[in-house]
Amino acid sequence: MAVGKEIRTQINSIKNTQKITSAMQLVAASKMRKAQDRMLVSQPYAQKARAVIGHLANANTEIKHPYLQEREIKKVGYIVVSTDRGLCGGLNANLFKAVAKDAAELEAKGIEVAVCAVGSKGTGFFKGRGFNVVASITNVGEKPSIADLIGGVKVMIDHFESGEIDQLYVVYNQFVNTMVQKPTIDQLLPLKAEDGDTHRAYAWDYLYEPDAESLLNGLLTRYIESQVYQSVVENGACEQSSRMMAMKAATDNAGDMIDSLNLEYNKARQAAITQEISEIVGGAAAVQ
Amino acid sequence: MAMTVHCDIVSAEEKIFSGLVELLVCTGEVGELGIKPGHAPLLTRLSPGPVHLVKQNGSREFIYVDGGYLEVQPHLVTVLADTAVRAADIDEAAATKAKVAAEKQIADKMASKEFAEVAVQLSKAIGKLRTIREARKALGK
Repeated sequence: MAVGKEIRTQINSIKNTQKITSAMQLVAASKMRKAQDRMLVSQPYAQKARAVIGHLANANTEIKHPYLQEREIKKVGYIVVSTDRGLCGGLNANLFKAVAKDAAELEAKGIEVAVCAVGSKGTGFFKGRGFNVVASITNVGEKPSIADLIGGVKVMIDHFESGEIDQLYVVYNQFVNTMVQKPTIDQLLPLKAEDGDTHRAYAWDYLYEPDAESLLNGLLTRYIESQVYQSVVENGACEQSSRMMAMKAATDNAGDMIDSLNLEYNKARQAAITQEISEIVGGAAAVQ
Repeated sequence: MAMTVHCDIVSAEEKIFSGLVELLVCTGEVGELGIKPGHAPLLTRLSPGPVHLVKQNGSREFIYVDGGYLEVQPHLVTVLADTAVRAADIDEAAATKAKVAAEKQIADKMASKEFAEVAVQLSKAIGKLRTIREARKALGK
């Protein structure tokens, strides 16, 4: 029947799209589990490292390590963790919005901004917007290794050490649960002191073995690596769950569209049949 | 009841221990350390070797760490290990084999660059074997 041919082709094409989105949803769901495991595995270390550094920032250390000193802020660095691929809902967009808002506020105060972008989406966005992108790391994949990240992070740390930037932040999506991902901006350098009972009224310092300088250098580098790594794996878990939700929504929407198009198609078909019957009846009446 | 201090041992892969301990003995870079509750704040790098815990109820636990950092606060001890393995989970045969192989490599002459690498492997293997030995001795197995 020639009736509603256009609608039928439309339905078929939406059905194909739906197949793709539902497959992507399933793939993302299985990857999400792995990404979450990866995130949970390294979380205790990152948390404890952060706690130790929080104590350290409260200590009255014998050497004034540059990482521990607040400086006048002229330029701020961001390590922005984004995804390599799209189709994951508003995940990247929300994150970039948060950074852009912060950056605009800083620029209004005359503070410059430098960006190290992790993930090709971030690289594209910040280069396109004319940000100063000093380093970019792409294709970290689903199983990021610290070795992949170290290069870009090193660039930012070197900038900090040489005094080109005075503050360093890491920006990533915090995994709250499968439905909720929260764009988060954490300060990496200089180290932020932790409130708590190591915040004492009197000045105290650690005993260092063997010596303060080499110990702090090693520990602080390890800390930054672990924090950036944790941000990347956490963002990875966010990416998969956000993609899963986006694809689920797309699949549901496709289903709704198919239903309404089917209804339209059936109406058109019935109208055509009714018309044909009335034509036949009319023709027969004319013959009699 | 004996005094206790909260102790956390985490490695890059997992949280291996969290709880109250009466005593923690570990191998720092400069020598062995015994940490009791109320210890002065201390930061040190760890060498490969056993971490020996005496827990609140007096039971003991041995964990092998192959380097990392130890932070001591009067009320809190944190071990940030590179990798950590419980004594019971150490593959003794593999550790012995690694030790023999490393010793053999050192006995044969070779470049100093490789030497450093092999020396690290050797100290890790020895650390693992020491953990097993100490655990056996203490636990009487």
